Amino acid sequence: MSRIDGGLIDRTRTLTFRFDGRRYQGHPGDTLASALLANGVRLVGRSFKYHRPRGVLSAGSEEPNALVTLRSGARAEPNTRATTAELFDGLEAASQNRWPTVGFDLLAANDLSAPLLTAGFYYKTFMWPRGWWEKLYEPAIRRAAGLGRLSMEPDPDAYDKGFLHPDLLVVGGGAAGLAAALTAGRAGAQVVLADEDFRLGGRLLAERHALDDAPAADWVRSVEAELAGLPNVRMLTRATVFGAYDHGVYGVVERVSDHLARPGGAVRQTLWRITAKRTVLAAGATERHIPFRDNDRPGIMLAGAMRAYANRWAVAPKGRVAVFTNNDDGHRTAADLVARGVPVMAVIDPREDAPNLGGYPTWTGAVVTGARGRRGLSAIEVVRNGRPEWVECASLGVSGGWNPNVALASHHRGRPQWSEEHLAFLPGAELPPGMVVAGAAAGNGTTHAALRDGAMKARDALEELGVRAAAIDLPEAEDRPDRPAAYWHVPDRGRAWVDFQNDVTVKDIRLAHKENMRPVEQLKRWTTLGMATDQGKTANVTALAVMAELTGKGIPQTGTTIFRPPYTPVALSVLGGGDTGAHFRPTRLTPTHEWAKAQGAEFVEVGQWMRAQYFPKDGETHWRQSVNREAMAVRKSIGLCDVTTLGKIDVQGAEAGEFLNRVYSNTMATLKVGRVRYGLMLREDGVAYDDGTCARLGEDHYVITTTTANAGLVFRNMEFARQCLWPDLDVQLISATDAWAQIAVAGPQSRTLLSRIVDDADLSNEAFPFMACAAVTVCGGLRARLFRISFSGELAYEIAVPARYGNALMERLMHRGQDLGVTPYGTEALGVLRIEKGHAVAAEINGQTTAAMLGLARMVSEKKDSIGAVMSRRAGLVEDRRRLVGLRPVDPSRQVVAGAHLFTAGAEQRTETDQGWVTSSCFSPHLGSYIAMGFLEDGQDRLGEIVVAADPLAGTDIEAKVVSPHFVDPEGERLRD
Amino acid sequence: MLIPHPLLGPRDAQEFTYLGDARLLERPDPAAENAEARFCDYVYLRDNPAGVHRELWFHEHGDRSWLVVTRDTVTHEILGAELAADVKGAGA
Repeated sequence: MSRIDGGLIDRTRTLTFRFDGRRYQGHPGDTLASALLANGVRLVGRSFKYHRPRGVLSAGSEEPNALVTLRSGARAEPNTRATTAELFDGLEAASQNRWPTVGFDLLAANDLSAPLLTAGFYYKTFMWPRGWWEKLYEPAIRRAAGLGRLSMEPDPDAYDKGFLHPDLLVVGGGAAGLAAALTAGRAGAQVVLADEDFRLGGRLLAERHALDDAPAADWVRSVEAELAGLPNVRMLTRATVFGAYDHGVYGVVERVSDHLARPGGAVRQTLWRITAKRTVLAAGATERHIPFRDNDRPGIMLAGAMRAYANRWAVAPKGRVAVFTNNDDGHRTAADLVARGVPVMAVIDPREDAPNLGGYPTWTGAVVTGARGRRGLSAIEVVRNGRPEWVECASLGVSGGWNPNVALASHHRGRPQWSEEHLAFLPGAELPPGMVVAGAAAGNGTTHAALRDGAMKARDALEELGVRAAAIDLPEAEDRPDRPAAYWHVPDRGRAWVDFQNDVTVKDIRLAHKENMRPVEQLKRWTTLGMATDQGKTANVTALAVMAELTGKGIPQTGTTIFRPPYTPVALSVLGGGDTGAHFRPTRLTPTHEWAKAQGAEFVEVGQWMRAQYFPKDGETHWRQSVNREAMAVRKSIGLCDVTTLGKIDVQGAEAGEFLNRVYSNTMATLKVGRVRYGLMLREDGVAYDDGTCARLGEDHYVITTTTANAGLVFRNMEFARQCLWPDLDVQLISATDAWAQIAVAGPQSRTLLSRIVDDADLSNEAFPFMACAAVTVCGGLRARLFRISFSGELAYEIAVPARYGNALMERLMHRGQDLGVTPYGTEALGVLRIEKGHAVAAEINGQTTAAMLGLARMVSEKKDSIGAVMSRRAGLVEDRRRLVGLRPVDPSRQVVAGAHLFTAGAEQRTETDQGWVTSSCFSPHLGSYIAMGFLEDGQDRLGEIVVAADPLAGTDIEAKVVSPHFVDPEGERLRD
Repeated sequence: MLIPHPLLGPRDAQEFTYLGDARLLERPDPAAENAEARFCDYVYLRDNPAGVHRELWFHEHGDRSWLVVTRDTVTHEILGAELAADVKGAGA
């Protein structure tokens, strides 16, 4: 091909680009495909299965052949359609699925083995030996077949998300879409107009005919200018509406900077989530092929595309040109080419009443039966008056009629309806709510009809919203129907391609039919027709017609194809919308985070929280040294730990106590003001799911804590209980987790330290005993809550202040406690201390264990109802005899790992002889030994017995003595001191 | 999807947490003779109709209301939404 006059390209500027390493030039306004064609490049890729040479087939997003890898390095994007890639200066593209080059591809040998590679070949051929599938067949097939390859590097670009809520979404900026947007825009409605092209106008840009007496592009420009001036209209170009979701929600990808060499400061793409009250689908139509033998030669393209390249991109087809069409639209291509000075050898038309639009010969009753030219078309075989004849031809336009783009209309499973008049599927009656279809997408494909249909459908849609839109003046335009003939493919014994991208031929469909893969869905899976990046946009209906011919049924009786999102491929990166890496989810920082960072703490992710894991000191070379030191400080003097992350729920109301009685398995209503009680929660199925403390601050006021992990879940479940089970109770809940910073002050010196900061406090054992709580002030008037509770087993408190004072409180406590040896400790030491004390956490309360297993059977009150109480008494749970025990390895230097299973010493280790499992394990600096906790069958009766903890993954069997889980101070004297 | 919140108007479904069958409002009487069997049904058996379904949604990233939403599970059409506390209060 070469450039001719005219077109919508900017010849004042030249862009240089590379394809497979060679330099070419094009102009702004070009796509990669138009620029390649203008440079005479016809061979752009290799086919999926047979590695057949392929050229550009279409001029839009339906392209099955011209898939390239755009850009390089981490920005390389495989399977980009050259027909939609906007040309920019410095663009680099490479062909795919060839080795070593697109011109000379060794894997083209596949084409010679075509008889072996027919429909379903991999189901039939690679059956055995079974083990070879994964190791040999699949990797080999994947290497030989396929499309482009990913860079395997992280995506360096930025992405964004946006939300729009228009009255009317117009999908497609062609004749119908522009008329719809203008109608609605002038009426003052909020309008979003989205088009996948980089230029509005749709098919109008590809045609020569006039609107009134001016070129169509002039009308497009004037409408665009008017819409741009309307504040209530938003135009999105380079924006593909890829899915119609529930309740008027549409997914749209806007390619913000894909047309630039570098995104600069801009994001690469934006994911728009558009919630529209009404939608006009004006997505146009896609041309279909007429399969004949070797119809996939480079140089054969859709007739409408050939016309678009000539009219919009000023690219004339190469060499001798012919058109093969079964409808009048193909003749338009010939007429346009002639008008642009490109001679057309003939229009080959099987219809006896084929027209002639002037300037070229029409061969009526004629068909194309073959093509020659491996890397580029050189001749076609034409059967005319029953006589076959090879004629020289380098460019053939083919038109098998137009398929309305009904994809979005069927995203809610609404079936398209066959129209015998259009010989195409039209949108059916069941459209996504709020959607109407206009223009060529609705079968109203002449320019005249599309303009009027778009305007009318917009007015109707707005009327439903109570908006009256005035009729707008629309230009007069061509109104010639296509008059397609039901001529679907040229009968032949050779290979005639239906689906170019998946290398599916008429023969494959015939074979599938013979093998009884007759429902369309099976045909699709057996042959892979309609799959991959183009989703069969140019193939599906033709395949259905071939199948209908084979079954002898009509097309609608044979089946329909419906579509799922996305309309065209969507990059996963844009779906993530930039929420990757650190932005994948929110990070929550504790109130003392800055202080802990300054102390050089190592942090650990706990759900969304970042918590201090341990605080290494100079000279400590292993985390265990730090953790041992921190844990021992708590046992010997005093430690501080930020425990803000525990969930806090404020419970207030006259019946708060009764409410808590129902959500906790134990009794809370009898708790005295100023006291704290440990509480256990069950699921309604009777299994334990969370524990914490419940403090009564006032007659009608409790504050409870949950585990860090379950803070959200417990709150949700308590709201469920409040609203859905007992809305008659006078009780209100609010999450206070983020409102209060809470610091554990633990160790024998904790009372001394707290006395220094709590105002006017009598913290003596008599005045403020174990499990006391009170509202106090600290540091001269700051409101605070003090709880005498202990997770470590030592004399300990937790003190809460408004969150913004958390960091300051930590600094004050550290400062005032210097002489007492105050030591900050992290989650590791916290874990050691609680295992030494035998406290259960998520490892023990893991959603499979009962109160009885945890040794908390008495905490399920029988005097009252509570969530889970009834089901906790069922036989299946009551009969579980495993109980929480402590384990001390016989050799104290050997670790009993969590997850190991417990067996009687000497017993064979099988599932049937399994006696339980290890839940938590650590090194206890206090005992100078590894210790562990776990569930053991009849554990409470086996204290002193040596059992085996087996870890078959590591291949270790460790002997351990069964002991009480309370390794430290089993009588609990220290915490009551 | 959009949920027509009875207090806040249409809200995006992403603000909600889904629970399922609204029969969970009908917690059995723990004192009933066959309480265990009834709780077993309550905990484990759910209707899962293709069609109109009353189900519980929690406005977790909103005002924390539990809603009873009537939804056609085939078309996703939402036929109504009420506060669960109102439904329960009305003795449903």
